[in-house]
Amino acid sequence: MSMLKVDDMNVYYGNIHAVKDISFEVNQGEIVTLIGSNGAGKSTTLHTVSGLLRSKTGSITFMDADISSIPAYKLVGMGLAHCPEGRRIFLQMSVEENLDMGAFTAPKNTYDESLERVYAHFPRLKERRKQIAGTLSGGEQQMLAMGRAMMSLPKLLMLDEPSMGLAPIMVDEIFTIIRDLHKEGTTILLVEQNAQMALSVADRAYVLESGRITLTGTGEELIKSEQVRKAYLGG
Amino acid sequence: MEFLSYLISGLSLGSVYALIALGYTMVYGIAKMLNFAHGDVIMIGGYVSFIVMNSLHLPSWLAVILAIIVCTVLGVVIEGLAYKPLREATSLAVLITAIGVSYFLQNSAQLIWGANPVSYTPVISGTLTFAGGALKVSVSSIVTVLVCVAIMIALQTFVNKSKMGKAMRACSEDKGAAQLMGINVNQTISVTFAIGSALAAVAGVLLCSAYPTLMPTTGSMPGIKAFTAAVFGGIGSIPGAFIGGLLLGIIESMAKAYISTQLANSIVFAVLIIVLLVRPVGIMGKKISEKV
Repeated sequence: MSMLKVDDMNVYYGNIHAVKDISFEVNQGEIVTLIGSNGAGKSTTLHTVSGLLRSKTGSITFMDADISSIPAYKLVGMGLAHCPEGRRIFLQMSVEENLDMGAFTAPKNTYDESLERVYAHFPRLKERRKQIAGTLSGGEQQMLAMGRAMMSLPKLLMLDEPSMGLAPIMVDEIFTIIRDLHKEGTTILLVEQNAQMALSVADRAYVLESGRITLTGTGEELIKSEQVRKAYLGG
Repeated sequence: MEFLSYLISGLSLGSVYALIALGYTMVYGIAKMLNFAHGDVIMIGGYVSFIVMNSLHLPSWLAVILAIIVCTVLGVVIEGLAYKPLREATSLAVLITAIGVSYFLQNSAQLIWGANPVSYTPVISGTLTFAGGALKVSVSSIVTVLVCVAIMIALQTFVNKSKMGKAMRACSEDKGAAQLMGINVNQTISVTFAIGSALAAVAGVLLCSAYPTLMPTTGSMPGIKAFTAAVFGGIGSIPGAFIGGLLLGIIESMAKAYISTQLANSIVFAVLIIVLLVRPVGIMGKKISEKV
């Protein structure tokens, strides 16, 4: 069953046509990844899905509802969580307050359970729950950003460059958690520059180049594809 | 004793500055704009309470409440009509608009109530004498300081503990991320203006009770000084506005008493310049850099 269906998305920054005729879908229970180099339009696509930007054409359907004109703040409550590029956690708030913000639209009676679940995935956040988020390390900030998104009990979790700027060991840890979340039943749309890692976890993948989808297939197919190997996996 | 009485009058003046500064600092913190019309909302609060007491002959507590209601509504309406359409505009456009709103309010007041000053009946009157008559303190000074402290504590609790307060802090840091949490940013900004304007109404009543002449430009100078206080304390910081306001009031009062009445304002602004040279973020301003 298709959970998210993007049909004919076109996004502009002024005169710059950043996303061109993009269509893709994410089915329930899948991990789908959008890979591509810097500036390919991956983050723009996610921002448009979550309502922070608008597409000039087409439609975006989430759980059978057209969300292309619904304001961003209403989508969270519908089960669409977006963990943005660069984490964008609230640096001057404590770890726990950041997680509170994640649960802003979630029903009160689920709060304790969600918090426990986040702390089970990220024990380090529990140790630092009273600490101001701005004092966390880069990897911990990424964990907080993901934990915060999980607090809204998303049906679809969109992760934008979760591996960015992290040490390899931390990247492995983050991807282990992505797999775990998937096993627990969360559908995931993953945007990555680290194509190797992304394709290794993904059921299906789309390759973006200068705002267009140029290739699509299962994760396995794309890892083997000559074109992808040359462009993104270093030959 | 003389020093003590100057200190008390400085604290009382400073409390009024602090109340106004809270409005500036909260709006700046969340909408990232300088609402130069804020001072004029104080004046409107003054006139509303004046009319309720002197023309309608209703009790003063009712005057305060009506002033708060009118200013709250006014603040929300100003935000919705003048600033909201400019959410994506450059900060310069918003700044000019705010100055325009300020003139609009002043001139509307002049049209309605005339340019001549009216004599305000203080809401609180009476004087307390201490130390065998050596120290006289007006009841209104004491009430002003107490009201300011109470509001400050309430506001700090609201911002740190309540859901709306936390949403305000989230918006002040990152509006995009706040929306991704499900926070309605426009509504949060409206609430901020409502709170700031309600505080301005209280400040207006207290200010006019302390300096009982009221005219359409009454809000300008206290508005600018309170803005200075907000910058002084670290704009965006609530405790900063409180401390900045009190310090500014005390400095002004001491400068008037011991240096020169004419130079008092210059001294106040000179201190501001020095503080900003030494500490550009203000006394309580803080910067945490993001790790990448």
